[in-house]
Amino acid sequence: MTDPVLDVRGLRVEFPTRRGVLTAVDDISLTIGRGEILGVVGESGAGKSMTGMAILGLLEPPGRIAAGEIRLSGTRIDTLTESEMQKVRGRRIGAIFQDPLTSLNPLFRVGDQLVETIRLHTDLSKSAARARALELMREVGIPAVEERIDNYPHQFSGGMRQRIVIALALCAEPELIIADEPTTALDVSIQAQITALLKRLCRERGTAVMLVTHDMGVIAETADRVAVMYAGRLAELGAVEDVVRRPRHPYTEGLMGSIPSLRKDMDELQMIPGAMPRLNSIPQGCAFNPRCAHAGPRCRRDTPRLETTGAACWLALTGETA
Amino acid sequence: MLAFLIKRTANAAFVMLAVALLAFVIFRFFGDPVEMMVNEQATQADRAELRERLGLNDSFVTQYTRFVTNAAQGDFGISYRNQQDVMVLIGERFPATFELVLVATVISLVVGIPLGVITAVHRNSRLANALQLGSIVGVSLPSFVVGILLILGFSVSLGWLPAFGRGETVDIGWWSTGLLTPSGRAALVLPALSLSTFQITLVMRLVRAEMLETLRSDYVKFARARGVPKARVHWVHALRNCLMPVITLTGMQIGNLIAFALVTETVFQWPGMGLLFIQAVTFVDIPVMAAYLMLVSFIFVLLNTLVDVTYAWVDPRLRDDAAKAGGANG
Repeated sequence: MTDPVLDVRGLRVEFPTRRGVLTAVDDISLTIGRGEILGVVGESGAGKSMTGMAILGLLEPPGRIAAGEIRLSGTRIDTLTESEMQKVRGRRIGAIFQDPLTSLNPLFRVGDQLVETIRLHTDLSKSAARARALELMREVGIPAVEERIDNYPHQFSGGMRQRIVIALALCAEPELIIADEPTTALDVSIQAQITALLKRLCRERGTAVMLVTHDMGVIAETADRVAVMYAGRLAELGAVEDVVRRPRHPYTEGLMGSIPSLRKDMDELQMIPGAMPRLNSIPQGCAFNPRCAHAGPRCRRDTPRLETTGAACWLALTGETA
Repeated sequence: MLAFLIKRTANAAFVMLAVALLAFVIFRFFGDPVEMMVNEQATQADRAELRERLGLNDSFVTQYTRFVTNAAQGDFGISYRNQQDVMVLIGERFPATFELVLVATVISLVVGIPLGVITAVHRNSRLANALQLGSIVGVSLPSFVVGILLILGFSVSLGWLPAFGRGETVDIGWWSTGLLTPSGRAALVLPALSLSTFQITLVMRLVRAEMLETLRSDYVKFARARGVPKARVHWVHALRNCLMPVITLTGMQIGNLIAFALVTETVFQWPGMGLLFIQAVTFVDIPVMAAYLMLVSFIFVLLNTLVDVTYAWVDPRLRDDAAKAGGANG
């Protein structure tokens, strides 16, 4: 069996602060195979984006990887030096950020930003890089590319800008794309277009995608597997249909129950009581136990761990809560 | 846009008229010009005749109008001391001041911008903290102290550079430049450094503040995620987004530098307009003082107007607001 494109094992991201060490990401293990889209879902502050930034090697100091390994197609990348990592970012891992309005440098023409990225990662000449930039822009669905290539970012709409960001991520045909909330800042109708585009491009190229979002709808439409994060930990990991139809973690169940639906006749949305704990006050045992209707003594004592798939919940792991 | 331009120009003209009034009134109190022009043997009749000839018996309004009309045509009369046309005197001195200010501006940008980037990128490092501390010293030291210290160090102790004067100059048309001769360039170093000390720290602090803001932006993070090397992200992508306010500041500060040059020129005996003014004060040479005041004000008003017009041109919102609010922000 070949190595998965991305293999994260026991990843732990810590922020040393004056009042002690905060653990933003706690013991996360996940893999993404060629051409696979893994959705990572969770509330704000659950550690989704932090996991993506850790993989890119772009944690803001004092944040740091405290434990674990990150492998890209078999080679470890979390131990690389900054200059070695520069050759990985953009070349082997592409990134798409949340807000296309601010991801592009306002003072540089989009063509120049594309050509810059292409030439950083390939040996193409200036004119060949420009030809490639035109080709990429066409591929992500920008009309009249010959005229648009010399435009500045503000001359594009939000959806068009996110297409350019996707083109930038694809410049060097990366093995993995980390898409951090790629559709959150866009109109709903544009969201569907961008998600479909991302899905098509990755299927065609066999690119692995880590799709970070808090939108369960986007995950259900796009992803093959889904990882649910809660308070920096993995709550549940599995195939999308399983997680959506038969959630096994009470938190996931709560998440699904809180999605409005046109088909179900509901008087009001179900809510999970309480709020996600702050990083400095994560309870002992299962992080979800104070909000969980099924919590037993063991849930308050030991932290449940998730192996490769399933739910990190004593109820799901052992069939009982005692 | 046209309405804005007209309003802004009218504002500028009004400010200049007010300055002219001030110059005119203040210098009426500097003593009787007739006393300074005639020799001691002059009779009362001679004096009265001169007074009549100079138009000093006319009404205040008539005299003021005449002053403004002449000034607008670049005629500030004859220097009492040199018996020369004031505009010719200033024309001779202007290139010296202008070159000094130009070189000081270039130094402040060439030194200040990189320092600002370094202190922002390596914030909290020892080097950055030392530079920050140094910049406080730079802001606080009066420029004449800096000048004297430079003379003490580089002229008196080390003997590397001249302490005063402008060195040899070369005339290009009416413009005399010191930039083309070795002695002219050597003489320029210390005064320009002294004049730019304050500017360097100003530019550095501005660039630092702007960079800290820009480094947090998404496009900087995204550029890093695209694999753009750190140095290129900082010096190309981030820095370029910081330059707009730096350009504005530099433009506005040129007026200040010309005014500040007065002190520097005195310390280094630099034959510019500032020194001319100081000498004029010593000899109560009113036409020269009035012309200097008017010229420096004119440069200030001109720069401010240009900056405002440029803003309106760059930012359409400003333009529309100005049109609606009747040029309230102009």
